[in-house]
Amino acid sequence: MSSIWEYANPKKFIATTDRLLPWVSALALGLMVLGLVWGFFFTPDDFRQGSTVKIIYIHVPSAMMAINAWAMMLVASLVWIVRRHHVSALAARAAAPIGAVMTVIALATGAIWGQPMWGTWWEWDPRLTSFLILFLFYLGYIALWSAIEDDDTAADLTSILCLVGSVFALLSRYAVNFWNQGLHQGASVLRAGALAGDTEERVSNIFATPLFISMAGFLMLFIALVFLRTQTEIRARRMRALLARERMQ
Amino acid sequence: MPDLGKYAEAVLSSYAISLGLIVALVVLSVLRARKVKAQLAEVEARGKTGGKAQEQADG
Amino acid sequence: MIALLMRDLKLAIRAGGGFGLGLAFFLIVVVLVPFGVGPNSGLLSKIAPGVLWLGALLACLLSLDRIFALDWEDGSLDLLATAPLPLEAIVSVKALAHWLTTGLPLVLAAPVFAILLNLPTAGYGPLVLSLLIGTPALSVIGTFGAALTVGLKRGGLLLSLLVLPLYVPTLIFGAEMARRSIEGLNAQTSLLMLAGITCAVIALLPFASAAVLRVNLR
Repeated sequence: MSSIWEYANPKKFIATTDRLLPWVSALALGLMVLGLVWGFFFTPDDFRQGSTVKIIYIHVPSAMMAINAWAMMLVASLVWIVRRHHVSALAARAAAPIGAVMTVIALATGAIWGQPMWGTWWEWDPRLTSFLILFLFYLGYIALWSAIEDDDTAADLTSILCLVGSVFALLSRYAVNFWNQGLHQGASVLRAGALAGDTEERVSNIFATPLFISMAGFLMLFIALVFLRTQTEIRARRMRALLARERMQ
Repeated sequence: MPDLGKYAEAVLSSYAISLGLIVALVVLSVLRARKVKAQLAEVEARGKTGGKAQEQADG
Repeated sequence: MIALLMRDLKLAIRAGGGFGLGLAFFLIVVVLVPFGVGPNSGLLSKIAPGVLWLGALLACLLSLDRIFALDWEDGSLDLLATAPLPLEAIVSVKALAHWLTTGLPLVLAAPVFAILLNLPTAGYGPLVLSLLIGTPALSVIGTFGAALTVGLKRGGLLLSLLVLPLYVPTLIFGAEMARRSIEGLNAQTSLLMLAGITCAVIALLPFASAAVLRVNLR
């Protein structure tokens, strides 16, 4: 098996992803259905949180993908800056809306999950606040792609923005933790904190297995959508190039 | 449907919103993919006929 | 480099826009807040540090597109890029000019406007200090954003969307520093983080800004 850089060739990328897409999509659908149905119908309620714990099967996977999507965009941006493979830049562009939607889902489920406990529809909990800021970074990134006409310029500018944004996103996470922790140790009300190891509680296996299946499903969904959307971006870019050539004739 | 108790609204609405957003994302991605694929094929076909099809269409 | 700095300073003051407009906007924001939240002095004094920080931040934001706009339009930006000075230095000088004409006046005006918001006495020193340390970061970060959107018509809103999330850490630590000092708490962490961010940003971000400018000038 030769190097992964083969797939930097747009045609080869499209050919390969065309073959992979049905399988990845099927996996995505299967795993998500399995994980969510199992979690929704066949797990018990939590002692303290009641049935709201079922939100975990969507909240945690979406939050994980929201972060991973940005991480993938960061890697793809670096690949573009260093090796100038168009597929990489376009893959980053393709991934951004997916990440943004995941962030919204994480925010919505996080807020709904917390409402019975907080009594309000929103709390400036450090975790949720960080996701809100991440959403703004996604918006800015997507907006910059749309605002620039020249494809290479757009790829260059957005990749630099992604790099700088990543640093600031990490910095903001620390700042927000500092901002809301104040004098009291932030007692994270959300069970999700337990999964990340914030508290000593560990999620028992009853919840963990369908959760991991659901997370795997979300990951497959992300991959399938990135394949599909990157193909679209490659084709759109080719079309713009052809149209430009037409106009010059 | 398991007995969701007093949190039924919360749980169901969060599932509905999330799955709704995912479905919307998938649908929009697929629709755009098809549209761009068709448009590209059209532009490429125009190129192959050496622009004559374009001239005929304009004339 | 000094020549470039003096030129930019003269431009900002002469064109009249940058210098006075930022201050006027700051004042307007401070005046508008009580209309929005009610005239209760107790409430105002609680939110005063944050409001003053926000007003300064927004006033900075509004003047960002001027950093490169004039030079871009008349082609002098291309000339600057080919000058013997490294582009990173040019970008830093531009940020400095922006701070001297926008940020610094805001810092000096803040204690005066703070009176309108009933800022507690203990807050004056920390607030001015936090703004003094933080506004240079706002200028440098803003320069990065201005470089990204330099060619765009009506890039103003996009500029805001790109820059405001980058302002969050500086805003948090700056406002926290002022607030904690007022409450008698330990403000050291905020101060150190704020200063750290400003120093890091001044040292590193010009490289990104210069790279962005090179892309846009192609």
